[in-house]
Amino acid sequence: MHELPVTESILEIIQEKAAQAGASRITRINLVLGAWSGLVDDCIQFYFDILSEGTPAEGATLSFQRIPACFRCRSCGVEFEPPEYDWSCPQCGSLGGELIAGREFYVESIEVE
Amino acid sequence: MQEGRYKIPVVEKILSTNDQLAEENARRFDRLGVTAVNIMAAPGGGKTCLILRTIEALRGKRRIGAIEGDVASQVDSQRIAAAGVPVVQINTGGQCHLDANLIRGALDCLPLEEVDLLLIENVGNLICPVEFKLGEHKRVAITSVPEGDDKPYKYPAIFQAMDAVVINKLDLLPYLDFDLSAFRELVRALNPDVALFDLSCKTGQGIEEWAAWLMDADV
Repeated sequence: MHELPVTESILEIIQEKAAQAGASRITRINLVLGAWSGLVDDCIQFYFDILSEGTPAEGATLSFQRIPACFRCRSCGVEFEPPEYDWSCPQCGSLGGELIAGREFYVESIEVE
Repeated sequence: MQEGRYKIPVVEKILSTNDQLAEENARRFDRLGVTAVNIMAAPGGGKTCLILRTIEALRGKRRIGAIEGDVASQVDSQRIAAAGVPVVQINTGGQCHLDANLIRGALDCLPLEEVDLLLIENVGNLICPVEFKLGEHKRVAITSVPEGDDKPYKYPAIFQAMDAVVINKLDLLPYLDFDLSAFRELVRALNPDVALFDLSCKTGQGIEEWAAWLMDADV
């Protein structure tokens, strides 16, 4: 639901990096989004198409690398992807775990020319 | 300068600008000795009622200030002002969460030198407020009993990121199928260090323990 300020922020970051590198056009933006980041790819794409108009990033491809959520069991240490319901560890049965992946939310790289 | 098409590594958090502003707010709080608490919940979870109860419980013990975040209206801040504490209403005009920049502006309108504990009521929403740091010391989520005990499955990020979870409207427990121990177990499965409070703003049950926790949070 907060994809508008997020997309504004993405544009700000990539334009700054492209300018630093002396690039005139941004052709691709590689984003990493965790499954628990609360962000919707399509929604970012929608805002991006509007906001990037007239910028060096206009027409750039947005690429989303989705990282699934991952628990590390606090009892036995096994790592597992939590299913929608029932967060029992598949190895020892204890509930839940330390979240070691799934909240990612960053610009990994951009491709420019 | 490179020629043709090439790749630039970035690896920058998308909300780093907000994070920086949040750090500035945090430094301001620390300098002035203000403990800031970010209170999040779904609409109708009892955020304003909890703040009103807290004002009552800590009267004479802590000087409280409040920031009220809503999409529209002054309704909440009027209720808080009537309780005799300085309050600023932020109307986000549609934005689904507060951010560090909005808080920075609001702080200029509060007599922070006369505030020990700043209670920030976020916009009613279980998703977006989690991602935007405000500079707060403590993050608190309220789940009210009518919302159901399965909320951690549906909104895991918020429960994973909190310092405390308040289970509100406990007076309704006899009328609903909310499994209190299952809910507690699920929240702890995500976040074993979280402080849990069983509470009813209606009856006042649990307010004392909650107020004691807030006093322990002093900066």
